[in-house]
Amino acid sequence: MEPLERYRPIIDDFEDFLAACRRPLGNAVRVNTIKASVDRALATLEAEGLAYEQADWNPRVLDLETDSPGSTWASFHGFTHGQEEVSAVPPVVLDPEPGERVWDCCAAPGGKATQIAALMDDRGTVVANDNNLGRISALRFNAERLGATSLAVTNADARNYSLQRFDFDEFDRTLVDAPCSCEGTIRKNPDALDNWSEGHISSVAGIQKGIIRRAIQATREGGTVVYSTCTFAPEENEAVVQHALEAEDCRVVDFDLGLEHAPGLTEWDGETFDSSLEKAARIYPHHNDTGGFFVAKLEVTA
Amino acid sequence: MSDNDGQRFDRLPATEAERDVEGRATREEVVDYFADRFGIPSETFDDYTFWEKGAGKIWVYGGEASTPLEIEAIGMTCLRTRQEHWKPTTDFVQRFGRAATDCVIDLEPAEARRFAAGEDQEIERWDGDWGYLIAAHDVGVGPTDQPGGDGELVDRGEREPIGVGLYVHGELRSMVPKGRQRDLES
Repeated sequence: MEPLERYRPIIDDFEDFLAACRRPLGNAVRVNTIKASVDRALATLEAEGLAYEQADWNPRVLDLETDSPGSTWASFHGFTHGQEEVSAVPPVVLDPEPGERVWDCCAAPGGKATQIAALMDDRGTVVANDNNLGRISALRFNAERLGATSLAVTNADARNYSLQRFDFDEFDRTLVDAPCSCEGTIRKNPDALDNWSEGHISSVAGIQKGIIRRAIQATREGGTVVYSTCTFAPEENEAVVQHALEAEDCRVVDFDLGLEHAPGLTEWDGETFDSSLEKAARIYPHHNDTGGFFVAKLEVTA
Repeated sequence: MSDNDGQRFDRLPATEAERDVEGRATREEVVDYFADRFGIPSETFDDYTFWEKGAGKIWVYGGEASTPLEIEAIGMTCLRTRQEHWKPTTDFVQRFGRAATDCVIDLEPAEARRFAAGEDQEIERWDGDWGYLIAAHDVGVGPTDQPGGDGELVDRGEREPIGVGLYVHGELRSMVPKGRQRDLES
């Protein structure tokens, strides 16, 4: 927990925060509405004798009481998919509509890409890209199990992504769920902080800046880019969005979020950020008993 | 006629007349197969395109793409062709098999569990066609059957496809791929 001490000045109720980080997480699943209505998925779980609790902010997100959420009929049929509660936030903020062209530029293992497809009633085009070929097999497996027929899977570096392989030359919406230092997954992976260093944060931030810029360039004027990470480090969050504001045509916009959260920061470590970054959301583990997350919503302005 | 390039996605020709790759299935043949064998209405696929990548592997896709296409995947694999008896995939019948009316074998709970675990089993009662069948069971019906959920209880206890089975000589062989097999408790 030592590396998290640097966040004491910016996190309210810091001792509660640390205590929450030490508690393991329950089993969260998302109902995959491509294959079943929420009601049918719940009926299937009930018939299996499994207890669950629906999240207040999203009836498709369930806390499931079982040690093996992957060995249920509901999972076998692809009615449910194991996905952490906060991990279901970015697609909801992205708010895609049926028929649109959407890019998930760091998509493996596919929980969010298939959630995007489900929010679009599996109609439209969801380009699920990842630069890691090994992780793409997990993405493909999940996409097929969940029945997402609107997905096109590509293997490329998002920073210089080419749209030449498609008939269209821009997306309506793009999700940048960026590779990050993963501090917010400490409740799921107790060793998440083992290799923590400021040097690592700084190098991953460089990659994040390259990805968010390409995402904005590849999205149409008036379109939406959502930037998210599962980490607390401002260098990987507000500083990356600040870089995008300075380098590309975009602005930070408001969004509704039914989860308790803190606003984005406007200063960190001597650096100041645009005041619009207060519209971003920092979700801390002690807020809603979840993992940690950062989400910002951008509108492309040219 | 040219040879099939197994490294890329090629959209299936609409009909025989438009075919220019040796041995490639046509869209018409694929849609007819699902209708003739399983009773899945042809209109089910009006908004989808079919593609071949690899030798005889057919993919069903709902998004936009131009042919040919060199990417990792589009939509899902749905059918194995270029062999005497075409074989649908487990994931395809789970996604589209609810619309099936023919060649669907309804399994009892214990049979369904064995099928999901990948086991072969003797089932004498089937008097339909031999070959590839859709194995199905009822879900959402438990011993207590308590109502619940946040919507209307309109689709409880309906038949749900589990996967593809091969029925021959009184035996149903589970075709559920290894990575999809599960030991289920109920």
